[in-house]
Amino acid sequence: MEGVLHQIISGIATGSIYASISLALVMIFLATHQINFAQGEMAMFSTYVALTLIQAGVPYWGAFVLTLVFSFIAGMVLQRTLLEPLARAPVLASVGAFLGLLLIFNNIAGWIFTYTLQPFPTPFGAGAPILGGMLSRHELGSTAVTLVVLTAVWAFFRFTRLGLALRGAAYNPVSSRLVGIPVARMLSLGWGLAAAIGAIAGMMVAPIVFLDPNMMAGVLLYAFAGALLGGITSPLGAVVGGVLMGVIENIAGAYIVGTELKLTTALVIIVVVLVFKPSGLFGKTLANRV
Amino acid sequence: MTQSNSRIMLILFVVVAAVVPLVFASGYQLFQLTLVVAYALSVLGKNLVTGYGGQVSLGQGAFYAVGAYTAAILMEHFNVPYWATLPVAAVVTGMVGLALGLPALRLGGLYLALVTFAMAVAVPQLLKYKLFENWTGGVQGIVLNKPDAPFGLPLDPDQWVYLFTLAVGVVLFVAATNLVRSRIGLALMAIRDQPLAAEAMGVELSRYKTLTFGFGALFTGVGGALGAIAVGFVSPDSFSIALSLTLFVGMVIGGASSISGAVYGALFIVFVPNLAEEISKAIPGAIFGVILILFMFFAPGGIASLLSAQMRRFRAAR
Amino acid sequence: MKRRTVLAGIGAGLAMPHIRPAEAATVVGVTKTEIKIGHTIPYSGNASSYGVIGKSHAAYFKMINDQGGINGRKVNFISLDDAYNPAKTVEQVRRLVEQDKVALLFNVLGTPTNSAIHRYVNQRKVPHLFLSTGADKWANPKDFPWTIGWQPSYHTEGQIYARYIQQAKPGAKAALIYQNDDFGKDYLNGLKDALKGDFDKVFIKVLTYEATDATIDSQVVSLKESGADTLVSACIPKFSAQLIRKAYDIGWKPLHCMSNVSASVGATINPAGPEKAVGVISSQYLKDHSDPDWKNDAGMNEWRAFMAKYIPEGDINDAGYVFAYGAVQSMVQTLKQCGDDLSRENIMKQAANLKHEVGVLLPGISVSTGPTDFHPIKQMQLTRWTGTTWERFGGVLASS
Repeated sequence: MEGVLHQIISGIATGSIYASISLALVMIFLATHQINFAQGEMAMFSTYVALTLIQAGVPYWGAFVLTLVFSFIAGMVLQRTLLEPLARAPVLASVGAFLGLLLIFNNIAGWIFTYTLQPFPTPFGAGAPILGGMLSRHELGSTAVTLVVLTAVWAFFRFTRLGLALRGAAYNPVSSRLVGIPVARMLSLGWGLAAAIGAIAGMMVAPIVFLDPNMMAGVLLYAFAGALLGGITSPLGAVVGGVLMGVIENIAGAYIVGTELKLTTALVIIVVVLVFKPSGLFGKTLANRV
Repeated sequence: MTQSNSRIMLILFVVVAAVVPLVFASGYQLFQLTLVVAYALSVLGKNLVTGYGGQVSLGQGAFYAVGAYTAAILMEHFNVPYWATLPVAAVVTGMVGLALGLPALRLGGLYLALVTFAMAVAVPQLLKYKLFENWTGGVQGIVLNKPDAPFGLPLDPDQWVYLFTLAVGVVLFVAATNLVRSRIGLALMAIRDQPLAAEAMGVELSRYKTLTFGFGALFTGVGGALGAIAVGFVSPDSFSIALSLTLFVGMVIGGASSISGAVYGALFIVFVPNLAEEISKAIPGAIFGVILILFMFFAPGGIASLLSAQMRRFRAAR
Repeated sequence: MKRRTVLAGIGAGLAMPHIRPAEAATVVGVTKTEIKIGHTIPYSGNASSYGVIGKSHAAYFKMINDQGGINGRKVNFISLDDAYNPAKTVEQVRRLVEQDKVALLFNVLGTPTNSAIHRYVNQRKVPHLFLSTGADKWANPKDFPWTIGWQPSYHTEGQIYARYIQQAKPGAKAALIYQNDDFGKDYLNGLKDALKGDFDKVFIKVLTYEATDATIDSQVVSLKESGADTLVSACIPKFSAQLIRKAYDIGWKPLHCMSNVSASVGATINPAGPEKAVGVISSQYLKDHSDPDWKNDAGMNEWRAFMAKYIPEGDINDAGYVFAYGAVQSMVQTLKQCGDDLSRENIMKQAANLKHEVGVLLPGISVSTGPTDFHPIKQMQLTRWTGTTWERFGGVLASS
C-alpha cells in the first residue's frame, strides 16, 4: 500500500513538471491559437541563461527575475520578427517555423553550454526530504510554484482587461481591431508571457532532472498530452492534465504493463479519454460559425 | 497545360530520371536518389492526409516504420522476395491507417495532432517490446540483403534498386494524381475547406476522413518498405519521432497541397542536411533550422506553390 | 523527330557499357603526402552530445599534422554527421567510401548505426577500426574480418558485476534497471551469461526506461518496493544521477553496481551529490580527470595540455574527450606500424597486431590485439566511490 502511495506522490511530483510546461502551452494557445513546439527548448535555453547568471555570482532570486525579464523580451522579439510576417501565410508555415526554432535552440544550447549534465540550484533548500522520503523539499516547492503561476494565469485571463484583450485578439482578430485592441501587440505580449512561464517551468524542472540541452525532450510530449487531456483552453485543465499524466505514467509502469510499455499505455489512455471527451476534461468546444 | 502535353512531360521526366543517373551517377549517388524517391512517396502520403485532407498528422513516421518492418520481416523470416513485400506493406499500412482513421473522426486539429504525435513516439517502444522481439529483432534490428538485378540484366544492385524504386514511385505518383482529381479527391478538398458545406452537399465526412488516413498511410508505408530495401537495415532507432518531424518538414517545404511538392520536399530532406553540415560542422541542426525558417518566409506555401505562381506570372506576361 | 531522339537516347543509355569506377585497388585514400580517414558521429539530433568525440579527433589529427604527420603523411580526417540515424549512417559511409575514397573508417559511433554498415564495409573490404560502441558483436574476425572494436564491451562489464555480486554478497536479492536499447540490453545479456540458470533466482526485479523519459523516480520506487538489496544499473549519466539521488532520498541503500558509462565524477557524481553516492561500485578503464589521484599524472597531463592548446573551449569534465584521446592513440599506432605500406590489407593486419600503452588508460590496462583477438581492451578495474574519490580495488579484471 505504501508503494502505491509512493508511486502516486512521485507521479504528482513528476506530473507537476509536465504541468508547468502545459501551462506555457495553454498560455501560448490562448494568446495566439497556435501551439509552439519550441516551447520546451526555449524554456531549456532560459534555464541555461539563469545558470550562467548564477555561476557569475548573481544570487538565485536575482537571477530568477532577470531570466524572466530576458525570456519575456526574447519571446516578444521572436513573435515580432518570426511569427508576425508569417501571420498571413498558411498555418503550416508557422508550424514549420516552430520546428526550425526547436532545432536551432537545441543545437545552439549544446554548442554554447556543452552537453555535460549540470546541477541546478533549488531555492527551497536541499534539506532532508519530507513525508518519509517520498517528496523532496524542492518537489513540494515547485508544485507550489506551479499552483501559484496557475492561479496568476487564471486570474489574469478572468479578471483583467488585458487578459480579455489577449484572448479576444487570438479568437477574433478582426473584431478585436474594430474595438481598438492592438492585435499585433497582444500577440507579442502573449508570446512574452508564455516564454516567461516556460522559464519558470525550466528553473523548477532542472533541479529534479538535471540540466542538459535535451532536458525538455521527454517532457514536451507529456506536457502536450497533459494540456490536451485537460483541455487546451483551460489553465486549470492543463495543470490537472499534466499531473494526471505523471500519475498515470507511474501507475501504469509500476503495476499495469511494466516500464517497457508505459509510454504507450499512457498515450492509449489519453486517446480513449479524448474519444469520449474530444475537447479534454475541462475544455470548451470552440463553436464554429456556420 | 493540355492533357497530352503533360503526359509527354511526364514520360520525358521519367526517361531522364531513369537514364541520366544510371549513366552518370556513382553507386552512392544512386543510393541517395533511391532514398529521395522513397521519401517522396512518404511525403506524398502526408500531403494526402494533411494537404488535401486537411487533417493534421504528426505521426507519418509510424506508417513508414510499419511499411519498413513489414518488408523486413517478410524478407527475413518468410523469405519473401523484395518486390512481393510491397503490396503486402501497402495493404498492412493501409489497414493500420484506416484503423487510426476511426478515432480521428472524433478529434480535430490539435487533438489529432497529439494522437498522431503520440503514435510516432510510441512506435520505437513497441518495436523493442520483448513479445515482438523474435519478429522485429528487438533493439538489434534486422539486416536485409540488397536485391540483385533480375534476368541477368547488366545492372549492379544500386542501379537496379534505383530503377525499381523509381518505377514503383512513378506508378504511385500517377495513381495519386488520379486520386486527387477524382471524386474522392474533390470530396477531400471540399471537406478540408468547408466541412459544413460539404456535409450539407451530401459528402459523407466519416467515410472520406477515414479513407484519407488509409491512403496516406498506404503511400507512406510503401515508401518505408522501399527505404528499408535500399538501406538494407531496420532498427527502432531509425524510426524515432525525428523521422515524423522530417517528413513534416518535407511536406511544408515542398507544398502540402501538391503532388509534385512531395518530390521537392524529399529532395530537401535528403540533401539539405548535408548542405547544412558543409556550412557548419558544429551546429548543423541549427543551420538546418535556419534554412527551414528562411524557406517558410520566402515560400510559405511550399516550393510547388512558389513555382506554380511563377508559372502563372510567366504565362500571364506572355 | 522528338520521339526518335528520345528513343535513341534511351537505347544509347542502355547499351553503354556499365561504367563503374575501377573496383577499389587495395591502396585507397593514400598518397605520398596524405592519408584519408573517414568517420561518422551524431553532430545533430538528440544524441549530439557524442559530437565532442569527433571534435576531439579532428583536433588531435590537427596536432599530429602540426607535428609533421605520420611517417611523413598528413591525416585528412573527414567526419560526417549521421544524427544517430542508421539510414543516414549508411548514406554517409557510402559517401566516404565511394566518393571521398577514404582509406579506412575510424571510431564510427553507435550500435545500430554500425550494424547498418557492418556488412557493407566487410563486403567492400574497408578497414572498420576501433568502433565507438561497447557492443560485443564486433569481435568476430572469422565472419567480419574488417571490423574491430576498441572499448571493453558492456557485456563483459555485466559479467564482471555478476561475478562480483556472487563473490561479495552471496545470496543477494538483486534488481536491474537498464536503458531500453542495445547499450542497456548488453548488460542484461552479460549478467545472464555469467549467471546462466541462476539469473532469475538472483535478479528478482528487472526494469527498463527510455532515454526520452524525463525521470526514472518511479522506477526507483518500484525497485525499492521489490525488496532488493543489490542493484545493477545500466544508465547514462543523467539517469544514474537521478537514481543515486532518489535512492538516497527514499532511504534505500543497496549494493549498487553502476555502468562505467556513468562513472564520471563531473557528469554523474557531482550532480547527484558526492555524499549520496558513497559506496557505489563501478568499473573503469580510463582515468577520470576529476579524480584527485590523477592530478599530477603524466598521461593525463599530456591530455590536459592537448585540451588547453587545441580545444580550449571544450568542457574538461566531459569524459568523452578522454575516451577520444585514448582511441585515437590506437589509430595513430596502427598507422605508424604500417610504415609505408598503407594498403587496406596491411592496415587491417596492423590493427590486429597491436600491443601498446595508452597514457589515459588505468595502470595495468593496455591495448592488445591479435589475428583471432579483436578485443583491444579486455580489462577493467572495479572502483568504489568513497565520497571524495574513486578508489580502485581488486586488481585489474579480464573478461573470460
